[in-house]
Amino acid sequence: MKRQIPVILAFLTGTFVVCAFFIEEPHVVGLNRKLDELLMIVTAFALPLGVVSFLQHHSKKIGRRQIGWRNSIVSLLSFTVMACTGVLEPFIRADKQAVAFNWLFDWMFTPLQATMFSLLAFMIASAAFRAFRVRNLEAAILMIAAVIVMLGRVPIGKYVLPGSGPLTEWIMNIPNLAAQRGILIGAALGAASMAIRIILGIERPYMGGAGE
Amino acid sequence: MSGRIRLVLGGILCVTAWGVMSQGRAEPRGIVSDSVVTARSASVERSGYVQPSTRCFRAERKNALVLFLFFAASILAYIALAKRGATLYIRKIAGLDAVDEAVGRATEMGRKVLYIPGIMSVDNIQTVASMSILGYVAERTATYGTQLEVPNKDPLVLATAREVVKEAYLKAGRPDYFQEDMVNYVTYDQFAYTAAIQGLMTRERPATNFLIGSFYAESLIMAEAGNAAGAIQVAGTAELAQLPFFVVACDYTLIGEELYAASAYLSREPLILGSIKGQDLVKVALIVLIIAGVALSSAGIGEFAEFFTQR
Repeated sequence: MKRQIPVILAFLTGTFVVCAFFIEEPHVVGLNRKLDELLMIVTAFALPLGVVSFLQHHSKKIGRRQIGWRNSIVSLLSFTVMACTGVLEPFIRADKQAVAFNWLFDWMFTPLQATMFSLLAFMIASAAFRAFRVRNLEAAILMIAAVIVMLGRVPIGKYVLPGSGPLTEWIMNIPNLAAQRGILIGAALGAASMAIRIILGIERPYMGGAGE
Repeated sequence: MSGRIRLVLGGILCVTAWGVMSQGRAEPRGIVSDSVVTARSASVERSGYVQPSTRCFRAERKNALVLFLFFAASILAYIALAKRGATLYIRKIAGLDAVDEAVGRATEMGRKVLYIPGIMSVDNIQTVASMSILGYVAERTATYGTQLEVPNKDPLVLATAREVVKEAYLKAGRPDYFQEDMVNYVTYDQFAYTAAIQGLMTRERPATNFLIGSFYAESLIMAEAGNAAGAIQVAGTAELAQLPFFVVACDYTLIGEELYAASAYLSREPLILGSIKGQDLVKVALIVLIIAGVALSSAGIGEFAEFFTQR
């Protein structure tokens, strides 16, 4: 019974969500919206679980002096400072503002985020270097197409390679889009097939594997 | 759950959907909908005032319903066929064949296997598919006694992944090897998570990285960090924009539908294989429909294509 209840729940909610996609009766639409809200509530309840896991993981690392344990100290310190300033500061300050938290967020957290994101440019350069090494016919076609597209996307491109603009549009809109749509249709069918398997209880990844 | 019950449930699903479609024009009197209100001139003439009524079925989605019913029916038919013992062929998927090799490599090197389940929550079907593969990978690491680490971005995925890994270790007969800390939580922020994973790959140099699930801008940063660390990498996603990054930076990539077929491929369960064959049948039907649509539209008969393209 312990294993049957989740399967029945998955079937009922799955069937309801599928039907709700085709129905616009206000009660059904409302209930469907409530299910979405429920997910957010469940996530909020699961967050403390994440916090406990985070604290345990880093405490163990420090206790056992595992690789990167110094970074764990920084992680725990950062967590404590952000949590304290975010939660306690509005209670302490007369104007109820979390000034220190906002300062840390704006001037430390956001730049760090931006730094990580900007790394992407360098990663693209190194990945492109590897991808464009001409080792076989396919790699050669890929490189030629990439060079045309890159030239077609920059203003100077039309002077370096006349006609690169229209050629770029053709590459992007015909062969590239056709391949993308092929993948998209396959992925959509795969997702729908998996959804049906889960609704029918054939596959139960949420319980650790396939059905019986 | 027995196969017969499952078929009955599938039948109920189809009948329910069909029932919804057939009562598409039902107009309960006196109920005013927030969304769509229709007024029939006949009722105005009869009573002198507007009689509001709701539309129950989204008529513009009848194309999706037709496809869904065909899809569900073909999947159920193939499942029934699989239950009767029919041999179902599924093509080789290099990325999934490499899972054992990748875990074996980590075992030989005495290093850990890192499994990244993407950055989205469990309401994303790619994350759900990733959990199926995680179960298989965890079973293998349990069998070989290899260290496994699953850092998570979403707390719901953390709870699910922990359960999946625990179940896999039980199934492999090694529950004593399971430690809750294997599946841990990092942060809810996308780039903080990326930084943590990148640092982990650089410092601890796992022998094998699995990047399977839904990824966005962080995909290439993680894959390149793993590549630089010399790990064998198996990636899988259905995010179109991230696929080229994974193809370039990883050894094997599960592209789109291969991600969803993984559970069937790895478990070889006849029922799941049946659903994959049903999916293939729909794919063939779609190809025929696309060709017919192009031909009819070219011949000036646009209604056929319009039916399938209206939203």
